[in-house]
Amino acid sequence: MTRGSPHVLIVGGGGTGGALAHDLALRGVRVTLVERGEFTSGTTGRHHGLLHSGARYAVNDAESAVECIEENTLLRRIAPGSFEENDGLFVGVTDEDMAYLPGFLEGCDATGIPTQVLQPAEALRLEPMLSPDLKVAVRVPDATMDAMRMPLRFFATAKANGADLLNWVDVADLELAGGTVSGARVRDLVTGRTTRIGADIVVNATGPWSEQVASMAGVDVPIRPSPGVMLAVRGRLTNMVINRLHASGDGDIVVPQRALSVVGTSSWFVEDPDDLGVPADHVQRMIDEGSILVPAVRHAAFRAAWSAARPLIGSREDADSGRELSRTFKTIDHAVDDGVEGFVTITGGKGTTLRGMAEVCADVVCRKLGIDTPCSTRDTVLLPHTAVYAA
Amino acid sequence: MTTNGGSTRRLRLHRYRRGDAEPHIEEHDVPADEGTTVLAALRWIQLHRDASLGLRHSCFHASCGTCGVRVNGREHLACVTMLADHEGTIAVDPIANLPVLHDVVVDMQPFFARFPDQHPIVRASEPLAHADAADGIDEHERYEDCIECGLCLSACPIAATDATYLGPAALAYAQRLLEEPRGTDREAILDWADQVNAAWGCHAAFECTEACPSDVRPAQRIMALRRELRRRRARQGREVPEPENGTAGP
Repeated sequence: MTRGSPHVLIVGGGGTGGALAHDLALRGVRVTLVERGEFTSGTTGRHHGLLHSGARYAVNDAESAVECIEENTLLRRIAPGSFEENDGLFVGVTDEDMAYLPGFLEGCDATGIPTQVLQPAEALRLEPMLSPDLKVAVRVPDATMDAMRMPLRFFATAKANGADLLNWVDVADLELAGGTVSGARVRDLVTGRTTRIGADIVVNATGPWSEQVASMAGVDVPIRPSPGVMLAVRGRLTNMVINRLHASGDGDIVVPQRALSVVGTSSWFVEDPDDLGVPADHVQRMIDEGSILVPAVRHAAFRAAWSAARPLIGSREDADSGRELSRTFKTIDHAVDDGVEGFVTITGGKGTTLRGMAEVCADVVCRKLGIDTPCSTRDTVLLPHTAVYAA
Repeated sequence: MTTNGGSTRRLRLHRYRRGDAEPHIEEHDVPADEGTTVLAALRWIQLHRDASLGLRHSCFHASCGTCGVRVNGREHLACVTMLADHEGTIAVDPIANLPVLHDVVVDMQPFFARFPDQHPIVRASEPLAHADAADGIDEHERYEDCIECGLCLSACPIAATDATYLGPAALAYAQRLLEEPRGTDREAILDWADQVNAAWGCHAAFECTEACPSDVRPAQRIMALRRELRRRRARQGREVPEPENGTAGP
């Protein structure tokens, strides 16, 4: 990193922003990241903690499935010690689930996700708390991630490589003149002061908030904030991640994590990703559906219920519930799409694909800046999360 | 925020911004029902009353450890603490023994600076009854119980009077490394712990164990650490401190 190198301002301190800061810092770009709260406080830190194998998307969303299995393999390599590596099972309990099985295995095969079909007795031997009614289980390379500490490793490494990562800094407005974004007016919530940060490129990495931030530059981003409810109960009811062997639906996953089991998720749409609520009927659905997979969910002690907003790409007309929208991601160069220079949006995607999203976005940013240093995040082992708190 | 049943609760907040001569108190009435958490109430204030309110949060389910505060003087994670479990006006203050950044947010840098250098967070999982591991998995693993929230340090009476004391989280962590070294150097950890501001600094008040939201039992771990240190000192022919009274704890 040198003083004269171009400056990129990243708005948004979630997994995507952190991974982008890391990628750009490795390419020698001067990076400032602003986040209005604590890092990972928006969507990233609230997810259920699944490191996707991609199997969830193997039938209907092959593009996301391929992204997931590639990043799953890669993240284990660059973030060792960050995952509960106990694999996952897709469990079939009904005839309908069994009808889903052939296409599921085919989809996994086509997208490069390894599977192992287990008979009920075998599955129960591995996971005795599974429903005794199960008809089949398919083992896949899912894992559990700490939804905050794994992404924090990207922040930690970016910081060590010179990126300026500022939490408690809110963007009041983007500076737009003559069709070019040249920086942002930011408010430091710790001091109450408003200052200006100039940048050659501003990247909007605000997930479900990206439509709000894009509107400051007078452009539109087709994002639909789609919250889901999650429920945490006390006790590790299983060691492996347990998924329902059917099309994506409410309460189709139980993720063991630390000394908890997390059941997720539901799906609806909101206008404001800040104001989500936790509908009681959704929590009940997590209990009802989750206990079809792991009956002990129903009687386990409650720990927490909460909501997180997914950033789904698609317009209002595209889908009713969010389940139909792809979970892949998109980089938008607003110079190409809207004639606004100096402004790029990266959105969509999910925790598992944070590094891949950052690579694609950093490629676009670097092309615009005339930087030809290639991405090196695939081979860079990340610092521990604690390094983010280093003086 | 869960649905509003029509009732409200009053929160008394610690407000502070860098440059202020003194922190001040601010009261807010928030809509509440039996499921409203302190974090949901604070978020409501942030969304509907004052966007500048400083809050740390991430996971919302007692896993990240960022939302530790003092509720009516006692340490709690805001995300799993129900307003309904506290009577009257609810005072929300930042955790103690760490510098306040703003409002109820503290600077965690001095907290993490206390830990030993090695910091593995994945450990062997306790086996589920009658469960076998799948082919290719030798032993199931899971995250350490400690969520690095700082509540134990906040509750610690020694940390309140001695800023150099390493405190319960770091010492309990060291004991976990002795219990399950994962490649760390046991002797180096014992050297690190065998100091007046480390394992010997604890007065066995057990406030940390009381405050811990994640069942780490830091005080019991500090006592276990001392037992190891006594044995090592005896082997080395060094002075061995007497066992303290009440090591069994509450």
